[in-house]
Amino acid sequence: MRIPALRWLVCGLLCWHAGAAALTAEDLQALAGDDYASKEQALGALATDPDPRAAALLQALSDGDAAVDAAGRIIIGSGAASADTLAGMPVSEGEAAAAEPIMLNNRLRSLVERGIAARRLFDQDLAQRRAAAEALLANPDARFRPLVERARMTEADPDIKSRLDALWAMSALNDPDPEVQLAAIDLVVARRQPELRDLLRPLAEPSGGHETDARVRAAARAGIASLDRWQWWGDLAATLFSGLSLGSVLLLAALGLAITYGLIGVINMAHGEFLMLGAYATYVVQQAVQRYAPGWFDWYPLLSVPAAFAVAALAGLLIERLVLRHLYGRPLETLLTTFGLSLLMIQAVRMIFGAQNVQVANPGWMTGGIAILPGLILPYNRLIILAFSLAVVALAWAVLNRTRLGLFVRAVTQNRDMAACVGVKTRKVDSYAFGFGAGVAGLGGCALAQIGNVGPDLGQGYIIDSFMAVVLGGVGQLAGTVVGALGLGMASKLIEPFWGAVLAKIAVLVLIVLFIQKRPQGIFALKGRSAEA
Amino acid sequence: MAYRQVLDEAAPQWQKDRRERGAQAGTLPAGSDGPARFELALPERPALLGRRAWIALAVLVAAVGVGVPLCALVLPAGHPLHLSAYGMTLVGKLMCYAIAALALDLVWGYCGILSLGHGLFFALGGYAMGMYLMRSIGRDGHYQSDLPDFMVFLDWKELPWFWHGTEHFAYALLLVILVPAAVAWVFGFFAFRSRVKGVYLSIITQAMTFAAMLLFFRNETGFGGNNGFTDFKRILGFGITQPETRTVLFLTTFAALVLSFLAARAVVTSKLGRVATGIRDAESRLMFLGYSPLGYKLFIWTLSAVLCGIAGALYVPQVGIINPSEMSPVNSIEMAIWVAVGGRGTLFGPIVGAFAVNGAKSVFTTHFAEYWLFFLGAIFVLVPLFLPRGIVGLLRRGRAGDAA
Repeated sequence: MRIPALRWLVCGLLCWHAGAAALTAEDLQALAGDDYASKEQALGALATDPDPRAAALLQALSDGDAAVDAAGRIIIGSGAASADTLAGMPVSEGEAAAAEPIMLNNRLRSLVERGIAARRLFDQDLAQRRAAAEALLANPDARFRPLVERARMTEADPDIKSRLDALWAMSALNDPDPEVQLAAIDLVVARRQPELRDLLRPLAEPSGGHETDARVRAAARAGIASLDRWQWWGDLAATLFSGLSLGSVLLLAALGLAITYGLIGVINMAHGEFLMLGAYATYVVQQAVQRYAPGWFDWYPLLSVPAAFAVAALAGLLIERLVLRHLYGRPLETLLTTFGLSLLMIQAVRMIFGAQNVQVANPGWMTGGIAILPGLILPYNRLIILAFSLAVVALAWAVLNRTRLGLFVRAVTQNRDMAACVGVKTRKVDSYAFGFGAGVAGLGGCALAQIGNVGPDLGQGYIIDSFMAVVLGGVGQLAGTVVGALGLGMASKLIEPFWGAVLAKIAVLVLIVLFIQKRPQGIFALKGRSAEA
Repeated sequence: MAYRQVLDEAAPQWQKDRRERGAQAGTLPAGSDGPARFELALPERPALLGRRAWIALAVLVAAVGVGVPLCALVLPAGHPLHLSAYGMTLVGKLMCYAIAALALDLVWGYCGILSLGHGLFFALGGYAMGMYLMRSIGRDGHYQSDLPDFMVFLDWKELPWFWHGTEHFAYALLLVILVPAAVAWVFGFFAFRSRVKGVYLSIITQAMTFAAMLLFFRNETGFGGNNGFTDFKRILGFGITQPETRTVLFLTTFAALVLSFLAARAVVTSKLGRVATGIRDAESRLMFLGYSPLGYKLFIWTLSAVLCGIAGALYVPQVGIINPSEMSPVNSIEMAIWVAVGGRGTLFGPIVGAFAVNGAKSVFTTHFAEYWLFFLGAIFVLVPLFLPRGIVGLLRRGRAGDAA
């Protein structure tokens, strides 16, 4: 409670101060005139004048309710509520109607708005203070420096304080006193706000520029260097994070593909559609929870994750049983068939749910993010998806390496005939593995629904990229897929700032084709006699 | 015949023995795409076309060569046999697709390479022709500039270097052939050299056309971005929508189709074609025999790309537009289904397939548009399952059944 008390104290001081410099008729005279330059000067004084009458007048000016009558009195309000600003006395409606409205141009109007905003810097309401600081930052004005300086002393909220600091530094950087300038530079550097960097630049100009104090110049130069360093690290961290994030999404898409491709040697062109089914399953679960148990809405992912897995796995099992099993040994035709299946699934979903995208809302605990540096915020949903994809990898690893089914899958992947000879029911293993791969894709869809729109075409964009991840990593290798997907995501995001998204994509494709020249079996090649099919 | 005799005389005794034994009992391993039985002795090399086929072809050429100009130009518009501009464009388009399907069948049906990126070569040929057509608009465009409209729109002051010379028709024709050939050769060289094959290769070809599509969608690439080329006015000085021009384009396309068919047939029946078939059926065996598949694959692959480019070049003036969506992976995959429906590994099949599938597409999209994708998806699923040899295979089996 110490801080609000202090604020009240300051407010009291302000009021006392107001009494000392009361609003006078001369102050306002220029407002009535036609000269915009003197009008601006008068408004500037008015905007920073702590007198409550000044506040009322500003509000009236903003509302277009200020007028000046023949006697030079400024009348605010309209109709029966009109009053003389200085005297505070009501005026008659007739007099009010006769008064000439005060004209403002855009420049003056924005000054008025800032004047109103500056007053709110001392508001008790946090949101009001934040909005005020925001408004002043949008259009910095040295005239408000005293106000900002006072507000800065008393502000308790760190976010608003940092904005006020920025505001103060903006005006203080050009202060005639070098000590103030140095303090402002220190502040800018300490805040690490990249948008303030450009303000330092004129100060850092070598002698002959308009800054004369050598200490200030040196400090500004050092400040710019330090900010640049931070900016570089910040950019790098942001790039790496977005690369990881893209990689985790690719990983979810590629994991199932790696299992099915490794096992039956078929690129499943309908794999993206299992993602799409998972995403729609999430959507349906979300709608149902919202409708029947709105109180539990935050926990719907607990239901949607298994639902997405189940729906996609079931679809995968059906497809394998009904279609793909009859095409084993004809990989190219299987490729075409799976493409046909993807068309069928897309069109079916389009007819059931409509061609428009549907919205899947994030549960409350997934919104927001952690701000690591100014301008670098890691959204929770991306972080959670990163963790989720790693969890799915762990699950896939556990299934493949710690269960009997996994043992069979690995055996069939390595040598189908030999596995059959020692009694593995390869057909059954194929079905289950295909279903499992599809289910993993469904999990991916469940995650994708949290970061983007859900539409019938959702999966189409992922098939080439996720296949590239599989190829890059080495077919049939979980570790390879992880490295491939994350590496692909990183590579795309690292190239993007230089060449733009489209050329980055092309460059990545070319790189992969070249990479395959060097290592046709991917980063993690299967070793042994089974490798060459 | 002479071919076989030479081989017989040259071969040592043990080879002759084996050949005879193999001819009695040999079968390919189950699951391979090849024929169920084979003979180790080389079968006789078939003629380019049988006598009846030559006659049928001659009759067809004569019928189209006389009938189409007659129906399109001489008969009045109300006549029941009149060939409308719509009908002619439609059939012309289908013939272009048929050439592309034929080209794809050369690599898929005879060399075992399923390309899902042939749409790229088709579009490259189309773009090369489109450049010429854009240049021949001259100052009749919307902005009355020497530059194509889209360049004026992008505020470009002069032609990019790769547009130089495109005002000459002969140079454009050269580009139609050389550009797809060069792209295919480079891509094929790298892909085949590192022995990328099967499904791997299919996906990489798809990635290739996808990347090209992204590239062509950019305005900065210099090919009109999203909108591509359109609003053509004339070709070789003739108005492009004139019935006479359309008829000539139609007949040219028909001639190209016939010539492509004969060329493909010549390749397939040549020694090179047989090695290619060997690569399709058992590449590693062929390599053990001392063949390097690279050159064979590369030749067939490049030839196929060139045919596809020619198809694209004929397609653009008839349809009147070319844009990057021609390169979308879906288009290329659809080409594969034309071949599959018609019957791959036959040269007649892809032509039938292109006509059948695209004919169905025209019918569906005009009458029940929303079911077209269901139908297309269903063909993709059902044809490999129940009609592995396509329509032509079905007809052949029917005929074989009648004979038996």
